[in-house]
Amino acid sequence: MPPSALDFLEIDALLDDEERMIRDTVRAFVRGRVLPNIAQWFEDHTFPRELSRELGKLGVLGMHLHGYGCPGASSVSYGLACLELEAGDSGIRSFASVQGSLAMFAISNWGSEDQKNAWLPRMVTGESVGCFGLTEPDFGSDPSGIRTAARRDGTDWVIDGTKAWITNGGIADIAIVWAQTDEGIRGFLVPAKTKGFSTHAIERKLSLRASVTSDLIFESCRVPGDAVFPEVLGLRGPLACLNEARYGVLWGAMGAARSCYESALEYAKARKQFGRPIAGFQLTQQKLVKMLLELNKGVLLALHIGRMKDAGRAHASQISFGKLNNVREALAIAREARSVLGANGVTLEYPVIRHMNNLESVFTYEGTNEIHTLILGEAITGSNAFT
Amino acid sequence: MKIVVTVKLVPDPNAVRRIDPATKRLVRAGVETALNPFDEYAIEAALQLKERLGAETTVTIFTMAPESMKESLRKALAMGADDAVMLSDPALEGSDVSVTSYAMAQALKKTGFDLILSGALSDDGNTGGVPGALAEYLGVPGLTNVRKIEEIGDGRIKAQRETDSGYQVVSGPLPALVTVTMAVGEPRYASLKGIMGAKKKTISTLSAADCGIDRLVGSDGAKMEVVSIAAPKAREKARVVEAEDGAAGAQAILDFLRERKLV
Ligand SMILES: Cc1cc2nc3c(=O)[nH]c(=O)nc-3n(C[C@H](O)[C@H](O)[C@H](O)COP(=O)(O)OP(=O)(O)OC[C@H]3O[C@@H](n4cnc5c(N)ncnc54)[C@H](O)[C@@H]3O)c2cc1C
Ligand SMILES: Cc1cc2nc3c(=O)[nH]c(=O)nc-3n(C[C@H](O)[C@H](O)[C@H](O)COP(=O)(O)OP(=O)(O)OC[C@H]3O[C@@H](n4cnc5c(N)ncnc54)[C@H](O)[C@@H]3O)c2cc1C
Repeated sequence: MPPSALDFLEIDALLDDEERMIRDTVRAFVRGRVLPNIAQWFEDHTFPRELSRELGKLGVLGMHLHGYGCPGASSVSYGLACLELEAGDSGIRSFASVQGSLAMFAISNWGSEDQKNAWLPRMVTGESVGCFGLTEPDFGSDPSGIRTAARRDGTDWVIDGTKAWITNGGIADIAIVWAQTDEGIRGFLVPAKTKGFSTHAIERKLSLRASVTSDLIFESCRVPGDAVFPEVLGLRGPLACLNEARYGVLWGAMGAARSCYESALEYAKARKQFGRPIAGFQLTQQKLVKMLLELNKGVLLALHIGRMKDAGRAHASQISFGKLNNVREALAIAREARSVLGANGVTLEYPVIRHMNNLESVFTYEGTNEIHTLILGEAITGSNAFT
Repeated sequence: MKIVVTVKLVPDPNAVRRIDPATKRLVRAGVETALNPFDEYAIEAALQLKERLGAETTVTIFTMAPESMKESLRKALAMGADDAVMLSDPALEGSDVSVTSYAMAQALKKTGFDLILSGALSDDGNTGGVPGALAEYLGVPGLTNVRKIEEIGDGRIKAQRETDSGYQVVSGPLPALVTVTMAVGEPRYASLKGIMGAKKKTISTLSAADCGIDRLVGSDGAKMEVVSIAAPKAREKARVVEAEDGAAGAQAILDFLRERKLV
């Protein structure tokens, strides 16, 4: 028997029963709950808030974290869940990434006992939504210069400044905000209803439309002394979280890529021009094969990095390797698939252009292609080329 | 309360199915094993009851299947069942409805139960014969096609039975057997915690001897024999009615229905 077009390298066999069951469960959820609605959500530029609890019930929010009600799944299982969610839509995966790998991870890793008890059990169920504010209008790739500042006033902290491009911002119950202090950059937990904290939705995005993106505005926003992460100081704090989220992205991107590849393959076999299926033309086959190669290489890479991470050996630069390669290739696959679908490739009737547009955001957030190139460049040459 | 859900392990309903002309059996080799979809509704109904009745209530999954299929039961445990029992014995291979029901009854007498929940139909054998026969062998009332369990407790069960025209309310003593319809509610997704917890739950195995099965079972004991198997007639191509206007179109459809005595 020739290998299956849908699992050409028998990557399935590299997973254990539990990993396969987790994958199948998330896939079934996406099939039942996301796919029938996603084109509409995308078109309406909306993330349905109730999905948060459903994802919580499924168990994918903070699934790789331990304690406080978190399931404590392996990195590979978490990666598989990200892949399946993003095979639905990058916006849905982004929600889970920001909730679990950025907001919850920050609390779990850097939070005090009280902060963990207060937030993690509610976030794992999806009852409370978190966001993660690092980027600012003037500081994206280079967050070291962020201007949002927190100053002490008695035992309180007072925060001023603006964060930009914050996923889940407008629907969050709790914002993790990174700000300059006298000692350096520190992280703060700011509940949504805090006086002096407001959000402003970024409208008219043409990418990640099934995800809420907002500016966070802090005007003399006063929080109590225990709202700060007690220990961590400097960029190490947010960067540790970004590393977690990037890991999810390197898996997730392959989900979007898989959806595009499968759509293109199916379409090419059914669509006839010049009297035969376009899948029979050499030029189309070349496109499909290119997708097949990069998709399978990308999933193998993700699995390899995942196994390293579970063994406690994945270095941040290796995660950059995965993020750079897999998102770049996913975007290339999406564009190639789009061309295979001809005019149908530009409508929301098929998932392809939605994935293609989404991946433009995925390409930019969690470190752009250039930034990961520079991280890898430094890792192999020892020479920092950022500045 | 001890609830037992009978679950048949069937070839993946989404896979292409083939019948071996020699044995007249479904080819299982190379096909993934799944929980019978109708039985997933029974599991859902059981878990709803467990939620309603509290911690004293347990849900056990029961299947009669080759031991090699054991791991396929994990999904049911991941959904929230407490444990599983398998009746596995090479002697049971080739059992028909009557023998299957007898063997299952012997095993269920051994495990004990207050309530048995079953799907109404298997996805492969498709006879719908097992639950009725099982209730008979166990000597308990069989409440079929139940869409809702209204009351349960104090040794009795009251439930709504779906009928063609509506529903009946029926009641009987426990222990009892209930087959459920899809109206009990969509089977829940297993949660990741459930999946990870399922590893630690027990799946125990009983042999025919363990259950005191002393009659001839398997193909030797089967009273029914599949004589021949034929593919259903391919569906006729749809006829497209073309008409001048709506009224003529409606008339043409009416004529067609009359011709077939459908109106
Ligand atoms: C939909 C969406 C959601 C987001 N969600 C979040 C969130 O939840 N939280 C959050 O904090 N941020 C979020 N972001 C922000 C994201 O992380 C930033 O957009 C990203 O870091 C890039 O910053 P920038 O957009 O300011 O681009 P810039 O940093 O201005 O970069 C512009 C271009 O210059 C290139 N460049 C920059 N420096 C160099 C260099 N040294 N050498 C070569 N090229 C360079 C970049 O690679 C890029 O191509 C989100 C962004 C999007 C689009
Ligand atoms: C192609 C083919 C060939 C066959 N050939 C023969 C043959 O030659 N001779 C013969 O005697 N029989 C044969 N059978 C019948 C087969 O053995 C029946 O499938 C079996 O007796 C159970 O009946 P059912 O699948 O119709 O179950 P149904 O009565 O449709 O199942 C209803 C419910 O009963 C329960 N149930 C049924 N079986 C089990 C089980 N094993 N474990 C747990 N719960 C269960 C489930 O809850 C299920 O939802 C054949 C079946 C097929 C598909």
